[in-house]
Amino acid sequence: MTNHLSTPAVQFNKVNRYFGEVKAVDEVDLEIRDGEFFAMLGPSGSGKTTCLRMIAGFDRPTGGSIYLYGQDVSNLPPYERSVNTVFQDYALFPHMTVGDNIAYGLMVKKVPKEERVRRVDEMLDLVQLKGFASRKPSQLSGGQRQRVALARALINHPKVLLLDEPLGALDLKLRQQMQVELKAIQQRVGITFIFVTHDQEEAITMSDRIAVFNHGKIEQIGSPSEIYEKPATTFVAGFVGTSNLIGGELAKRLTGSDQTFSIRPEKIHVNTTEKTTTMDTITLDGVVRDVVYLGLYTRYLIEADGVDIVVVEQNLKTTSMDVVSAKGQKVRLSWHKDHISRIGA
Amino acid sequence: MLNKLSTYFYQRPRLVLLLFLAPPLLYMLVVYLGSLFLLLINSFYYIDDFSGLIIREFTLRTYAQIFTPANREIFTRTATMAFFVTITSAIISFPLAYYIAKYASPRLKTWLLIGVTIPLWSSYLVRVYSWKLILAQEGILSYFINLFGLSGVLQWILSFESIGGSSLALSPLGMFIVFVYIWLPYMIIPVQTALERVPNSLVEAASDLGAKPLQTFRTVILPMAFPGVIAGSIFTFSLTLGDFIIPLAVGNSKFFIGQAVYSYQGTAGNIPLAAAMTMGPVVIMIIYLLIARRLGAFDAL
Repeated sequence: MTNHLSTPAVQFNKVNRYFGEVKAVDEVDLEIRDGEFFAMLGPSGSGKTTCLRMIAGFDRPTGGSIYLYGQDVSNLPPYERSVNTVFQDYALFPHMTVGDNIAYGLMVKKVPKEERVRRVDEMLDLVQLKGFASRKPSQLSGGQRQRVALARALINHPKVLLLDEPLGALDLKLRQQMQVELKAIQQRVGITFIFVTHDQEEAITMSDRIAVFNHGKIEQIGSPSEIYEKPATTFVAGFVGTSNLIGGELAKRLTGSDQTFSIRPEKIHVNTTEKTTTMDTITLDGVVRDVVYLGLYTRYLIEADGVDIVVVEQNLKTTSMDVVSAKGQKVRLSWHKDHISRIGA
Repeated sequence: MLNKLSTYFYQRPRLVLLLFLAPPLLYMLVVYLGSLFLLLINSFYYIDDFSGLIIREFTLRTYAQIFTPANREIFTRTATMAFFVTITSAIISFPLAYYIAKYASPRLKTWLLIGVTIPLWSSYLVRVYSWKLILAQEGILSYFINLFGLSGVLQWILSFESIGGSSLALSPLGMFIVFVYIWLPYMIIPVQTALERVPNSLVEAASDLGAKPLQTFRTVILPMAFPGVIAGSIFTFSLTLGDFIIPLAVGNSKFFIGQAVYSYQGTAGNIPLAAAMTMGPVVIMIIYLLIARRLGAFDAL
């Protein structure tokens, strides 16, 4: 028995995956801890799905090694890895009933029928699909199929569960509901979940840690708050939420260093009157160029020193009439100096 | 004017439907089903043994003639051949169809599909008679068999009465080879189409859930491609049942259904018996399709 506290669930050691000339995954090092809900976030073609497929065994690295709880699995076929996958299109077997789909993993391992039936019932219970065992996948809604796919994977008690854009095909409301549910199921079964998504909000809502992928490399790994509040690169600052990137002369004047920094739109305050400022506040004068009223909040586009800055303010006291009239006004922007994040080269 | 006509039809979708469907429907009903119906009627007439005239009275005596030992043997012989040709075609087709559907690059796929269908561009008769030469005693196949010193093996196989003969060209085995060759494209294409529709993620899912390649094949790929195999087998089975050229050109002098029908309606002038014999393959195919449906072959359609 390995010590799970020290052995990572999944470890990438300088993993490469080339498709011809294209470096889909480029020298990736990665450690995913036992029991964590880990998100691989990135735009399409960033290498996140290829990484997931290499953990599952559908794809093999061109170079480097992948370890599963300390065991080198780089060249093991999928059926010899204790990892299961929830596919983007669910990949339910259309010629089998829901019950047979869920029991599939046990069936191929020749688990006795009685035990199969019992465990399928347990799983249907877990995903709240009691009484659906005899239906065909074609008779289910998208959300129900998703649950079946989840049950089919979890019944095998995998050490790691992989989810490939699991909520991509669902509508917004169902997606938000499933986000909460997936998280709850993960906490109940207590195994490592690794999920791939291009939706930064989903990654932030659900995961313990996020790896942000771009061009086959990992830009940053960290907790959702770290990723959001302290983006390490220009790409992360732009991909996860919206960011204002300020560099060069203006950065030097504001912070004393010409290193580029990022500041989130909601951290900036728009003041029309001159306010006394403290030592910790950074201020900048500008002109409101555009205003977009969005109900819950308002988005301002402010030009200051030739730089466009996006600011978001909640409509706590303002109405649509107030905000629209702000266009063209001179304003003073201010933010706390701890709210900036310096961006690496 | 043209505009008015377009508007006229736009407002009368049923009329458009009728105009489009009428010709093919008429063809189906009159030419196709009509002639089949005439065939059915003729099979209930009988021929007067003495005068050789067709007596147009309802009778089952023509059908009774089908069950004479000689005719029964023809049916068994033909159905057995059709069965083995179908099974063999399916087995040979599957790997190729799977490769074309799942592994070949789009370019290679086009070339392979052209390769599969290219034989259909040339006359079937030419191909059958070419095979007669290939399989002949002094033919190219014998040449290679001798080259590898396997002529003893061939002689041994040909010595079996049920499949053998004096040479491959004159044996049921040779006929079987030609049948498989001729009908193979009709099996490959539907199987390939069916496999094309099996998403790769299903194969990956099976493997992910612990199924070894053979288990994946048995539990996922085969059941999902089964409608394609059935579609292909309808071709190979029924075409073999009805063919009379290949048994004529290759093989021994024992009759197949097609040949029997040909000789009854031709030289013997016994149209009712020819019609009754033709109903044989029709009935066999209906039974075959019912069994296929029972096996769930059409569930996934």
